[in-house]
Amino acid sequence: MLNRYLKEKGIESLLFASGAVAVVVLFLLCIFLFRDGVLLFENYPVTSFLTDTKWFPTADPEHFGLLPLFLGSLIVTVGAILFSVPLGLAAAIYISELANPKVANFLKPITEILAGIPSVVYGFFGLVILVPIVQKTLGLPTGQTALTGSIMLGIMALPTIISISEDAISAVPRSIKEGSLALGSTRWQTIYKVTVPAALSGISAAVMLGIGRAIGETMTVMMVTGNSAVIPGFPSGLFEPVRTMTATIALEMGEVPQGSDHFHALFAIGSVLFITTFIINIIANYIKRRYRFDL
Amino acid sequence: MLIIAAAFIGIGCVDNGDTTTEDTAADDAATGATGSIMIKGSDTVLPLSQAEAEEFMIENPDADITVIGGGSGVGIAALVDGEVDIAMASRQIKDSEIENAEANGIYPVEQVIAWDGIAVVVNPENPVTELTFDQLKAIYNGSISNWADVGGDDLEITVITRDSSSGTYAYFKEEVLLDEEYRADALVQPATGAIVQEVGQNTGAIGYIGYAYLDDTVTALALDGGDGFVEATPENIMAGNYPLARPLHYYTDGEPTGLTKEYIGYVMSTAGQEIVSDVGYFPVN
Repeated sequence: MLNRYLKEKGIESLLFASGAVAVVVLFLLCIFLFRDGVLLFENYPVTSFLTDTKWFPTADPEHFGLLPLFLGSLIVTVGAILFSVPLGLAAAIYISELANPKVANFLKPITEILAGIPSVVYGFFGLVILVPIVQKTLGLPTGQTALTGSIMLGIMALPTIISISEDAISAVPRSIKEGSLALGSTRWQTIYKVTVPAALSGISAAVMLGIGRAIGETMTVMMVTGNSAVIPGFPSGLFEPVRTMTATIALEMGEVPQGSDHFHALFAIGSVLFITTFIINIIANYIKRRYRFDL
Repeated sequence: MLIIAAAFIGIGCVDNGDTTTEDTAADDAATGATGSIMIKGSDTVLPLSQAEAEEFMIENPDADITVIGGGSGVGIAALVDGEVDIAMASRQIKDSEIENAEANGIYPVEQVIAWDGIAVVVNPENPVTELTFDQLKAIYNGSISNWADVGGDDLEITVITRDSSSGTYAYFKEEVLLDEEYRADALVQPATGAIVQEVGQNTGAIGYIGYAYLDDTVTALALDGGDGFVEATPENIMAGNYPLARPLHYYTDGEPTGLTKEYIGYVMSTAGQEIVSDVGYFPVN
C-alpha cells in the first residue's frame, strides 16, 4: 500500500517538475529577450522605434524603425490566412464529413506529413518554382513578393488549420446533425448551417494557431519575400517585396557586434514577436472557451 | 616544407598502394598535422576554404578541419568570442571589431590568402554590357530605376543586394556607394547563390557576386571606375585593372600555431594557391 502511494507521489512530482521546468525556461527566455531589447531604448527613443518608417541599421545615424518590418509580417500573414483558411476549412469539412473513411484515413496522415517538411525545403521550392511563376503570370519586376511568401506560408499553415478544425468538426455530436437531417435539411445545409457553426470555437482557434505559425516562420519567408524593408501598401504591397520581423533577425543576427544598438534592436524585434504570438495564443484560448459549444 | 614532403609521400602511397610506405606516410602525417580546427565566416571565401580543407585533409588524414559560412561579420564575431581558430573575411576587420577582440584578450592577425573580383551581373537578355561607377551608384542608391536611363530597354531595374552580414555588402557599399545607403526597396538575398538564381530568371535584375559564383546563367558587366571600361576577366583582375577587386582574408588570434599554422601554410603554398585558381579566385602573387 505504502509502496503504491510512493509510486503515485513520485510520478506526480516528476510531472510537476517537468511542468515547472517548462514554465521557468519560458520565464527566463522572456527576461533575457526583454532585458536586451529594452537596452536599445537607452540610446534610441521608444517612439522612434515604433513610428520610424526606415530600417537602416548600418547607416549613420542609424534608423531602427519597426513599422516596415511589422507591416511586412502583417501583410504576409494576412495573405497566408486569406489563402489557407478557406482551403484548410474546405479540406477539414471534406475529411470529416464527406470523404469515405478509407479516403479520410489516407488524407489525414498526408496533411500531417506536410507539417513535417523542413521549412528550408519549402523556401527552396518557393524560390526556384513559385517565384518565376508569380513574376511571369503577374508581369511584376520581381517574383520575390509578399504574395509568394503568403502562398508558401499558407501551405505551411494548412496542416495546423486542417487537423485542428477537423478535430473540432468531428467532435460535433451526432445527435445535432441527425436532428437537422430529420427536419428535412439536405446534407450540405446541415454542414454549413449546423455542423460548422457548432464547431466554430475550434475552427477559430485553429485559425489563430495558424496565424501564430505564419508570423513566427523565418526561413521560407527570408528566401522568397525579397526582404526589402519598406512600408507595404495594402493590398498593392502583396505584389511588392517586403521584409518580416523574423527575416530581419535571421538576416542580421550574424553580423551585429554584441552589445551594440543594432544588437539590442534585434532583441527588441524579438520581444515584439514574442508579445505578438503571446497575444495570439491568449486570443485563441479565449475564443475556444468563450464559444465552446454547450449541450 | 614538412607538410609538402608529407603530402608527396601521401600522394605516392595512394598511387602505389604499398602498405609499408602507407604506414610511414601515416606516421609522418600524424606528426605533421593532427587535431582539429574550426574555420568560419565569409560565404565568398567558403568554397575556397572548403576545397583547401578537403585537399589538406586528404593529405593529412589525422587532421580535422571544419568550415562554416555565414558571412564575414559572423566569422569575425566568432573569432572575437574565441569560438573559432580562423575567421574568413572578404573585407578588412573593422576598428570596432579589433577593440571588441582586444577586450576579450584576442589579438587578430591578418593573412591575405587570395584575391577576388566582384562581378556586377545582369540577365543575359539585358542589352546593357557596361556601366560607370556613377551609374552603378545611381542604380544602387535609387536615383536611377529604369534600364532606359543607362542605355537599356524601358524596364524597371530590380536591384539586388546581400544582407548586411555579408563582407561583399560592406565592400560594395564602401567602394561603389561611397558609404551612402542602398535603396530601401532593394531585394535582400541571404546568400550569393540566391542572387545568381534571381538574376538568371529576372530580365530586369542587377546584382553583385564573388567572381567564383559567375556562371553562364548571368552576364558580368564591364565597369568604369574612372580609367575606362574594364571587363571582369581573370587577366584584368590579376593585373589590378578591374576596379572591384579585393583581397580575401584569414584572421587568427595571434600568430597562427600548430595545425592552424600548417593549414595556412598549405593554403599559401604552390599547391594551395593552385586550388585558389581552380575555385575561381586569384592567387596572392
